[in-house]
Amino acid sequence: MANDAPFKHNSKMMNRLDLTTRLVGKLKNDEAVIGGIGNSNFDLWNAGPRAQNFYMLGSMGLAAPIAFGVALAQPQRRVFALEGDGSLLMQLGCLATIANVAPKNLTIIVWDNAMYQITGSQKTASAGKADFVEIARGAGLAQSAWANDEADFERLIDATLAGDGPWFIAARIDGSTPKGQTPREPVAIKDNFMRGIAIKPA
Amino acid sequence: MATSDTPKVEKWHEAVIRALKDNEVRLVVYVPDNVLRPLIDAITTDDYFTSFITAREEEALGIVCGAAMSGLKGIVLMQTSGFATLPNVLASLAVAAQIPALLMISERGTLGDFQIAQAIVCRTMRPVLESLGMEHHTISRLDEAHFIADRTIKQAYKTQAPAALILSPLLTAAGRPGNTPGS
Repeated sequence: MANDAPFKHNSKMMNRLDLTTRLVGKLKNDEAVIGGIGNSNFDLWNAGPRAQNFYMLGSMGLAAPIAFGVALAQPQRRVFALEGDGSLLMQLGCLATIANVAPKNLTIIVWDNAMYQITGSQKTASAGKADFVEIARGAGLAQSAWANDEADFERLIDATLAGDGPWFIAARIDGSTPKGQTPREPVAIKDNFMRGIAIKPA
Repeated sequence: MATSDTPKVEKWHEAVIRALKDNEVRLVVYVPDNVLRPLIDAITTDDYFTSFITAREEEALGIVCGAAMSGLKGIVLMQTSGFATLPNVLASLAVAAQIPALLMISERGTLGDFQIAQAIVCRTMRPVLESLGMEHHTISRLDEAHFIADRTIKQAYKTQAPAALILSPLLTAAGRPGNTPGS
């Protein structure tokens, strides 16, 4: 599905599964990844199950706060939140909280297809005037950037793996539908995640 | 008049802090409430705790759930109206995934509160907790405060379930000279 919404930046329209796969491919140190509700966590699942992934099934908007909690508890582990544009719009206040506490090991990634894709492709505010990088910067997240293309996305991920955060990355994505969905097994998801990050015995 | 020989009487917020420390609950995330002010003031000036304010209770619960899964015990402080924003997050995250997130709710809207909005929303709190099947206890007496808080925290972690501690005005307003239910 084409996304012909006017954007206030020049980044290339990319693909969520492709970018998620590129991200996961760079994770060599058991980094934690929190996938937000719906397509964000479905494509995290489709990029290949990892024990360090938490697939959030409900609680729309809380991928970044959950990732923030993981980052606080385990400051030596790098943590990524994958969130959709509609989800992030539900909980914009968390960006200001994260900016003020400034966890060095946290990266928030927003997949922006300018629509509530899973509920019928209704337009989000980012189809209009909202710009997530400007919002993040305004909240106090100075290290915020649009990924201009796939190579730029990879460069930004490399930067988050090498330096101190918090980081915020926005990627303009298309309307591709995930090929598979995460099993709805919240207790198993939690237990696998806790084993993956060494809280429960393997 | 107190002298150096008079045993110091523990205040309610000191009993709560003792229960938090006894159970290594080091993360305290809060949305402010005037009744909770002595507790918030004490926690935010105590290096034992990692403590900060959030914009919204949902966000705070997400942070505490993430921390609880990752080895850091945490609690969310809020007032009654803040709890009313949480049923979806409790149902779909903490209850569904069996995460021992702890809530501490300053009970507003009862026993003389002057705000009708607080009074109405207060009536929804316990029915929501019951509907979610969540363990919840109301602390109304100072001599029970540590016991209830301590045992509730321990059970939450032993049973992998969220739990709520409700602070009654019987506890938090007692002994406050000229106390008027506040904002």
